[in-house]
Amino acid sequence: MIPLAEWKTFLENGSPDTWDEMTRRASALTRRHFGRAVSLYAPLYLSNYCDGGCAYCGFNRFRPLRRRRLSLSEMDREMEALSASGIRSVLMLTGESPAMTPPGYLLAAVARARRRFVNVALEVYPLEEEEYRRLVEAGVDGITLFQETYDRSRYRELHPVGRKADYDFRRLAPERMARAGVRAITLGVLLGLADAAQDSYSLFAHLESLQRRFPGVGYRLSFPRVIPVDDSTFDPILVSDRTLVRLIVSARVLFPRVGITLSTRENAGFRDRALEIGVDRISAGSRTEVGGYTRSRPASGQFAIRDNRTTEEVVMMLKQRGFDPVFSDWCPVGGVVAEGSQA
Amino acid sequence: MSYRFADEPLRIGGREIRNRFFLGTGKFGSKELMAETIAACGAEVVTIALRRAEPMSAPGSLLDFIPPGIIRMVNTSGARNAREAVRMARLAREAGMGNWIKVEVIDDGKYLLPDNTETIRATEILAGEGFVALPYMSPDLYVARNLVRAGAAALMPLGSLIGSGRGLKTADFIAIMLAETDLPVIVDAGIGRPSHAAEAMEMGAAAVLANTAIAAAEDPARAARAFALAVEAGRAAFLAGFLEERAEASASSPLDRLPFER
Repeated sequence: MIPLAEWKTFLENGSPDTWDEMTRRASALTRRHFGRAVSLYAPLYLSNYCDGGCAYCGFNRFRPLRRRRLSLSEMDREMEALSASGIRSVLMLTGESPAMTPPGYLLAAVARARRRFVNVALEVYPLEEEEYRRLVEAGVDGITLFQETYDRSRYRELHPVGRKADYDFRRLAPERMARAGVRAITLGVLLGLADAAQDSYSLFAHLESLQRRFPGVGYRLSFPRVIPVDDSTFDPILVSDRTLVRLIVSARVLFPRVGITLSTRENAGFRDRALEIGVDRISAGSRTEVGGYTRSRPASGQFAIRDNRTTEEVVMMLKQRGFDPVFSDWCPVGGVVAEGSQA
Repeated sequence: MSYRFADEPLRIGGREIRNRFFLGTGKFGSKELMAETIAACGAEVVTIALRRAEPMSAPGSLLDFIPPGIIRMVNTSGARNAREAVRMARLAREAGMGNWIKVEVIDDGKYLLPDNTETIRATEILAGEGFVALPYMSPDLYVARNLVRAGAAALMPLGSLIGSGRGLKTADFIAIMLAETDLPVIVDAGIGRPSHAAEAMEMGAAAVLANTAIAAAEDPARAARAFALAVEAGRAAFLAGFLEERAEASASSPLDRLPFER
C-alpha cells in the first residue's frame, strides 16, 4: 500500500481527472465481478440496551431512552413481518450489553431467524472465539463489526466506559470470528469520528491482513457516516459526499471482489448513485427501532434513517435502473465450520 | 445458417448436446434479459447458482425464466469445502433441480481459484450418489486424472481468473489435459471474447462456458449469439484439421527443413 501521507493527499486533493478515471475503473470492476445484481437485506433491532457511553450514538447509556428488548415471541412476530415483505437476508442488531443480551439470547435469535431467512447475520458487541463458534453452529452466516475508529486515542475519548472501552478486544474480534468459522465478515469505520483518510487507510490495511490470513472468508466493507441523534451535543467531523464516493471507489479498486454495503443512513439519491460505482448490497425497508416492523410499541432508533422507501419501492428503483434485485444470495449450509480457512 | 457441418453431439450424463456453448445465468440486469439471452444463443445447457435459485420461494424465481428442456447445471458456488459442496448438491436435487452439478469449491475470496483437492473429494462422493458431476478446476494433469477416477462426467478447467475476461492464460495446461484424458473438457471462466471461445474449441475443447462477458455486455443477447457462433466456428475448425502453424521466423533451425516433415 502507498504511505498514509500520500493516501491522505490523494483522497483530499487528488486531481479530479485522476479520480474520474478511478471512478470509471471502479464502476467497470463492479460490473465485472458483481454484474447488475444488487442484493438486499434488512436490519432487525433486537434490543437497545447498551452499556456503552458513545457520545455519537442514540443507544448510549446516558441517554434517557425507553429501553426495550424483544422477547422470543416478539422476535417471531418481527421476523414474520419482515419476511412477509420479501426480505430473505436479515441483519440482527443489539446494543453493547452482554448483560441484557447475552450470547444465549443471541443464540436463540439466530435459531429462530434460521427458520425464516436464507441469510442470518448479526451486528453485536465483540464476543469470544468460543461464543462465535457456538453462533456459527446455531446457523449464523455473517457478522458485522465496525471498529468505529482505528485512531486509538480518539477511540479512548469516545468510548470511555463499558466493555467497549477495550480497543484491542474489538480490533481482534474479526480474527476470532474467522477462526470460529464465520463465513462472512463485514468491517467498517464510523465516518465522522476521526480523520477519514487515516481511518480508511487503517481499515484497508486491516482487511488486507485478514485476507492474507483467512482467505476463505467472504469480506464486506461498509462506510457508514455518523448521524448524531437530535439531542446530542456530539459534533462530528464532516465527511462530504465527495469523500464518501472516493472511499467507495478506492475500496472497489483495491479489493475488486470484496462486497460493499450501504445502509439507509444515506439518502435515496446518494444510495442510487452509489450503485453505479461500487456498492453491491443495500438495505431496504429498514426500521431501526426495536419492534419497528410490527410497530406495536416501537422504541427509539439508533439513528434516523434517510431513505424511507419500502422494500417494494427499492425493488422498483433497482429495476428502473437496470439492476436485478437479489433477495437470496446465500445457501444455508447451516452450522458447518468451514475447513481449510484456518491460517 | 443453411449449411451445417456433420458433428457428433456432445454426450454427457446420458444427454446429447448439439450446442456446445454453455451459458452462466448470473450477473444479468434482469431475469427477463437472461431469458432473452438464452433464446438468442440457443443454449442447451445453463448453469445456475443454487444460492440464487431461491428454491423455497415459488413464483418469480430464477428457475421460472429457464425454458423447459434446457439442461440446468446447478453450481455449488459458495461452498468452501467438499462437505458443503456435497450438501448443496443434495439440497438442489431435493428441490427438484435435477442431478447435474458443477462442482465448485472455492476457499479464496481474493482470486476465487478452485480448491482442486476438495473438488476431487466432492466429485467422488457426488458421482457415487449418481450425480452428473462436472468439476470446475485449475487445469493440472494429475488433478484431471484423479477426477476421471473419481467419476467426473466432464472436466471444466478455467481459462483464467473468474470474471477477468483475460482468455486462455492456461492454454498449455488445458492442451495437456485434452491430449491425455478421454473425458469432455469444457473451458470455463476467464472467457472474455468470442475469439477466446473459438480458440478453446480449435484446441479441441468439447464446449465453452461463459457468463460475465455476456451478462456485462451492453447487449447481452447479441453477445451470446456471437459466442455461440464463435464456438461453432472453432468446433468446425477443429474438425477440419488445419495444418499446424509454421513458425517462419525460426526457420533457421535445421529441424524445420526435414523433407519428410508435414
